[in-house]
Amino acid sequence: MAKDARILMTFPVTATSHRLDEARARGQYTALEKALKTMTPTEIGKEVTASGLQGRGGAAFSAGRKWSVIQLDDGQPHYLCANADEGEPGTFKDRWILENSPHQLIESMVIAAYALQVRHAFVYMRGEFSGPYERLQGALDEAYAAGLVGERILGTDFSCDILIYRGAGSYVCGEASALITSIEGKRGYPRNRPPRLTVKGLYQRPTVINNVETLSNIAWIVNHGSAAFKAIGTPKAPGTRLISISGHIARPGVYEIEYGYSWKRLIYDDCGGMLEGARLKCVIPGGISTKVLTGEEVEGLNLDPAEVEAAGSSMGSGGMVAIAEGTCMVRLLQVLLRFYHHESCGQCTPCREGMGWMHRIIDRIVAGQGRLEDLDRMIQISRLQDGNTICGMGDAAGYAVIGILAKYRHEFEHWIKNGSSMFEGNLECRRSS
Amino acid sequence: MNPALIPEFDRLKARFPADFGSSLVLPCLRRIQEDRGWIAEEDIAGLAAYLGVPRIQIEEVLSFYTQYRRSPVGRWHLEVCRNVSCSMRGSERLLGHLCKKLGVKEGGSTPDGRFTLKTAECLGSCGTAPVMVVNDVYHENMSPEKVDELLGRLD
Repeated sequence: MAKDARILMTFPVTATSHRLDEARARGQYTALEKALKTMTPTEIGKEVTASGLQGRGGAAFSAGRKWSVIQLDDGQPHYLCANADEGEPGTFKDRWILENSPHQLIESMVIAAYALQVRHAFVYMRGEFSGPYERLQGALDEAYAAGLVGERILGTDFSCDILIYRGAGSYVCGEASALITSIEGKRGYPRNRPPRLTVKGLYQRPTVINNVETLSNIAWIVNHGSAAFKAIGTPKAPGTRLISISGHIARPGVYEIEYGYSWKRLIYDDCGGMLEGARLKCVIPGGISTKVLTGEEVEGLNLDPAEVEAAGSSMGSGGMVAIAEGTCMVRLLQVLLRFYHHESCGQCTPCREGMGWMHRIIDRIVAGQGRLEDLDRMIQISRLQDGNTICGMGDAAGYAVIGILAKYRHEFEHWIKNGSSMFEGNLECRRSS
Repeated sequence: MNPALIPEFDRLKARFPADFGSSLVLPCLRRIQEDRGWIAEEDIAGLAAYLGVPRIQIEEVLSFYTQYRRSPVGRWHLEVCRNVSCSMRGSERLLGHLCKKLGVKEGGSTPDGRFTLKTAECLGSCGTAPVMVVNDVYHENMSPEKVDELLGRLD
């Protein structure tokens, strides 16, 4: 099968294609009209559940199941948050939606707000995203002026406001409970579950947090129905996925692929292959917190979550990094560990201490002072973090470490024994002679 | 705190649900920083009084999030991403070039107060790496040559 279906990237991006008039000409906001005027909130929820839509932020949890926890008639306010805190290194796909198709998100959010009986919805956007913020705020202004957001939307009884809440520089705030704590005007510390956020979330009220891309699919599902959505992708992973690909690749960028699409085709046909015709050494499949897969491992693989999982990794956040032969994996891991150490929120001891410890070890190895037992030590620290922290960051950093050490241990041993890199500490793509 | 900001904060407050007063901490701090360039002691006291939140909450927020500044920076605030995709596309060379050209170390400012040079973690610009942010504006696909050209335009 060709697997060429598109849901989100369906139009050529121009200087004006993000504007409301052009979005409407493409059919945007017809789903909102259909939802508000012909469907009940419960019917929309059922449709989303039936579609099998899974979260696109990394955890792939069923959107419908998350929504179904909200009791529509419990008499409390409910809140909806779009997670636009995109910060997993290698991931920039939500930025594509925010900048190029903001009305796709806004329309879908209003439909979701109606389905969940939400009066105030938020977009939590990372503080650094000034360009995407301008675009989305501009689109919201247009939508308010056209009566598509705000009071009595499209002349119905339904009212909903959407506010953009800007972060201020914190990776962990992309974690749903940290995100909520941040909107409460505090340090972005993740919270223990239970209670789930759908039970006690923002200011202790039932709250749904969905990734920007997840939400952006809702309008399409309402328009075309859950059966049409399920017909795309694979039986266990319906729909499409935005893949942001970067690194040593000829044409980096955001690509929409149907689940099950050939990996080889994405890298070699769509992205023009590796830089300077280099050989593919390995791929970080879905953000740096997913385990690396070697060039050989991805060779015959399809972009199907089940296949990637069987190969020992995950499609994660869709942030794919292609790494060429000749890249030093020791330096690469050093970059990752510096990042994790910098971003640990400091709440849980295993993560706060473990990240710093591993960062010091890798710095020592790179300084030529490494010891062979350091490698098992890093694996031990990674295992100690796994499952022992409030949020998934402790686990994720460990997966990155274990993944790289499992496949490239010889590069670390070489550096420790010889005091220097096998590849001159190279991170950039150099044509091998 | 600049009293001219109060009417703006009042309007912002009106857009949130009634019991969301505490939520205003982050957006107000952002606005204060835009206004002054950094957050001063009197801003903390002024904002705590205005919002009716404990001073410690504001201090905690300021020390947690990386974008808030407790001291002035150069007129042009340069941030070079050094995470995985940018490193793979030359951000280490870019940073080295900037340090040499400006005569500062990472985190330092030029004596004339023109430039402050910092590093940043992933800015979501991996497909157009390496990226450098100058006063909140992204400059993508950077190279030492493009940096030279850009710095020449910044007074």
